[in-house]
Amino acid sequence: MAEPLLEVRDLKVSFRTEDGTVRAVDGVSLEVAPGETLGIVGESGSGKSVTMMSVMRLIIDPNARFEGEVIYKGRDLMKLSQDEIRAIRGEGIAMIFQDPMSSLNPVYRVGWQIEEQIRAHEKVSRQAARARAIELLDAVGIPHPAQRVDDYPHQFSGGMRQRVMIAMAVSCRPDLLIADEPTTALDVTIQAQILALIKKLRDDFGTAVVLITHDMGVVADIADRIAVMYAGRVVEQGSLRGLFYDAQHPYTWGLLGSIARLDRPRPRRLTTIKGLPPSLIRLPEGCAFGPRCPHRFDRCAEVPPLTDKLGDGHLDACFLDPEQKKERRDRAIRPDLTAQQDLAVPQDLRPEPELTAGWEGGVDQ
Amino acid sequence: MLTFVVRRTLWTVLVLFVISVLVFFIFFKTPGVDPARAIAGRNASPQIVAEIRAQFGLDRPLPIQYLLMMKSLFITRNLVSYSNQGVLVVPEIGAAAPATLSLVFGAAVIWVIVAIAMGIGAAKFRGRLLDPLLMILALIGISAPVFWVGQVANLISQGGLHNTPLFSWVPALGYTSLGQSPVLWFKGLIIPWITLSILYIGFYARVLRASILEIQNEDYVRTARAKGLSEQRVLLRHTLRNSMITFVSLFGLDFGALVGGGAILTEVVFNIHGVGFLTYEALISLDLPTIIATVVFGAFFIVLANTVVDVGYAWLDPRVRPT
Repeated sequence: MAEPLLEVRDLKVSFRTEDGTVRAVDGVSLEVAPGETLGIVGESGSGKSVTMMSVMRLIIDPNARFEGEVIYKGRDLMKLSQDEIRAIRGEGIAMIFQDPMSSLNPVYRVGWQIEEQIRAHEKVSRQAARARAIELLDAVGIPHPAQRVDDYPHQFSGGMRQRVMIAMAVSCRPDLLIADEPTTALDVTIQAQILALIKKLRDDFGTAVVLITHDMGVVADIADRIAVMYAGRVVEQGSLRGLFYDAQHPYTWGLLGSIARLDRPRPRRLTTIKGLPPSLIRLPEGCAFGPRCPHRFDRCAEVPPLTDKLGDGHLDACFLDPEQKKERRDRAIRPDLTAQQDLAVPQDLRPEPELTAGWEGGVDQ
Repeated sequence: MLTFVVRRTLWTVLVLFVISVLVFFIFFKTPGVDPARAIAGRNASPQIVAEIRAQFGLDRPLPIQYLLMMKSLFITRNLVSYSNQGVLVVPEIGAAAPATLSLVFGAAVIWVIVAIAMGIGAAKFRGRLLDPLLMILALIGISAPVFWVGQVANLISQGGLHNTPLFSWVPALGYTSLGQSPVLWFKGLIIPWITLSILYIGFYARVLRASILEIQNEDYVRTARAKGLSEQRVLLRHTLRNSMITFVSLFGLDFGALVGGGAILTEVVFNIHGVGFLTYEALISLDLPTIIATVVFGAFFIVLANTVVDVGYAWLDPRVRPT
């Protein structure tokens, strides 16, 4: 791996609340190489957004406590002054957010908002900044950019607003783009367009991307490497291939198993991960996933370290023996292969479930 | 735009009509009110009272009386006061308006500037000592009645400490017009301005603080920070700009109400003969023409302020602009 562009080392973020200390991020280490796309996957509250917001130092809360290092181009972002971090925000590291409806200021024209970012980092005239804003709007696929540049955010649809956000984020050609669930609030058809756009800009500008999502389908499309987070910790990290074809952590299996697949026989019911994510105030002893894990055994009472068990750069935090895992994983992810009777009967002869409406992939009958 | 103007004009006419009707009938239904007797004086004979009743048209049915009064108020503009014989009401209000405008404008400048400073200060130092300190101060300002503050200010500046260098500059109570002497105008109004603005400073500082704290959590403020803008720019251009939407709409209404006679207590305490003072005198002497005229004047300004607020609102918030 090349010299990383961004390196998060043992980052811990906690919030003091009335009920106790919330350990939102509990010792996360990540690396992003220049031009690389890292996907961070996990359910709500797993600390993925907090991690990247902390990188940008965007968490402004007197009750928050930060530990660890965030090295960007050889400098520890956690130690920079307000002025220094401000120079990096938007210029070196840019960010787009989940909800394009509320992420743009409603009282300013979109062009003005893009110009504002350009002029915050570069000494250019208003006209030049405006010309760049129009170019950028064009680049992100907004029709009639020369007219639309003077429109207000409420005159754009959700997908178009996210395009504006992206145009703004790439306006200073950042080295790293952090996309925090950029497609979650959008229609499925628009999601694909936005992802394609991020991919295109990444390739055009050579920008590294950190894509935060809870959707395995989204990262499969775009990421080079994936980190899976659970309860404030990274539980598995590896290449896209490694993660999808050789997942090592039972939590990842659960995520993979819960994807509705069109290319496989339809399961009677989608697999789910039983239980709820743990409270970040009182994490369970040992492996945080333990209480929900069907494969839990004695050693799980200790916190499993994130280690490279096979020497191939694929990290996971699980004590199960890699050999033992294979069969268990297949049962978790491919119930269609392990449930033999399902395969023996040709698909069209299998009895239909009585009621499929409302299920994933179900048809109203 | 044309529809807006037409709609607003019709709206104004409707509001003025309803308010004048209400005031008119409430006046005549008030027990013990007999304008003819009031005009005639305490010891007038029944014949004189009857004469006056006929002369002023007070013996005619109420709707007719109402129409006659509206005619002389709006069309012939020769409505005469009941209590001050021969005084025309409309020019009287015209003469009182500059004093009220001077008072309210000056107070508004003070209250907007101080309230914005206090609101920003409190929001910025939230969780530290300055915030609760400023907010308690604001609460005291809201709680202190304006007539009390005014009297205390008078006691100090006109009485006890008037002969010390601290307050020797304060002129006697009353209003000097700007044209007559700008210096006296300013000296005479500075204490009334501060007195009138105290309540509004407290109220507006609290509203602004709450609004800033709310807007601060908006996603677009986070976006502004992520863009690499300075904290000051984030606060002024993004947070404050949006917080001002509430502020401005409140301001328009309060300003309109004050110009329309709402500064009555301040005007009375400081002996400023403005519209509020006129209303006060008319109420004491049950002088219906003046009451009706000042109320209509006030209602007109409130409706006007409402319109200005709507225009200002659209200017501040592009989402409500008609497209």
